[in-house]
Amino acid sequence: MQWHSLSEFLDMGGRGGYVWSAYGSFVVLLLAEPLLARWRHRAARRAIAERAADEQAARAAGERS
Amino acid sequence: MHAVNTTSAAPALRSRLTWFTFASPANFYRLAGVLAPVCGLAAVAFALAGLWVGFFVAPTDAVQGEVYRIIFIHVPTAWMSMVLYVAMAFWAAMGWFLNARMAFIFARAIAPTGALFTVLGLWTGALWGRPTWGTWWVWDARLTSELILLFLYLGYMALVAAIDDTRRADKAGALLAIVGVVNVPVIYFSVVWWNTLHQGSSLTMGAKQHMASPMLVAMLLLTLACWAYAFAVVFLRARAIVLEREGDTAWARALVADNQGR
Repeated sequence: MQWHSLSEFLDMGGRGGYVWSAYGSFVVLLLAEPLLARWRHRAARRAIAERAADEQAARAAGERS
Repeated sequence: MHAVNTTSAAPALRSRLTWFTFASPANFYRLAGVLAPVCGLAAVAFALAGLWVGFFVAPTDAVQGEVYRIIFIHVPTAWMSMVLYVAMAFWAAMGWFLNARMAFIFARAIAPTGALFTVLGLWTGALWGRPTWGTWWVWDARLTSELILLFLYLGYMALVAAIDDTRRADKAGALLAIVGVVNVPVIYFSVVWWNTLHQGSSLTMGAKQHMASPMLVAMLLLTLACWAYAFAVVFLRARAIVLEREGDTAWARALVADNQGR
């Protein structure tokens, strides 16, 4: 193991700020993106369900009148 | 992540397997539902392997010390930004020439992911550039053309969002995407054609590699990780767009009714 301690690993030869900002952004953005896509998918499903429910209600109202 | 419900009333494959089987949004939806989690898992596996090699096997660089390790995400994200643009332009062109709405949907699904990788490429590059070459940014050929790539992605997304008629929007976007593809070889050859601050190619086809083996391995593993990730997230987004556009079809309604509450 070339890292003799955790602090040495985090320090990255004095450039820890740059290295971990880069990797941090990488992880954060690539976790956020699928979550947003998931949200979009769920929203689309909800929209379809609502439209179907609206149509059913309208049809039921039409039959009653 | 939810498992695919194979006992649902969602339609099974609607036709024999042909080149156009997955041009059907319904068929694509099911395929993507299976492939997305598989690709996602592959992405995580490759990423963990690549990060382990990159941080615990690859040695300290003789010249740059430790900060060079940004390369393991900088190069893959930059490569993905270019590959995804070509893919987006390809699918947009397919949609246009074959009049296939699934192809247009796929192009739209790729754009945000491509833009994200471009941002990551630029940002990780800046973070590497500041300590190593003394600057966050320089208007050299590579960085400038990569920035233009970001504008092309954002332009495509804005354009298709701005036009109300879906078909017109798809075609206008396709035109922009196809015209913009000329930028990709410019980015790629920029370090050869011009004198740039950005260094030359990391990898040379065929010739003996200049990079130490573990560094190369880490970079390639993370490239595979980003590629698998891109498939996963593009499939996921494409499924969402399919439902947005095909929401009034019988299969979509049956699917949603069936999976109510999920």
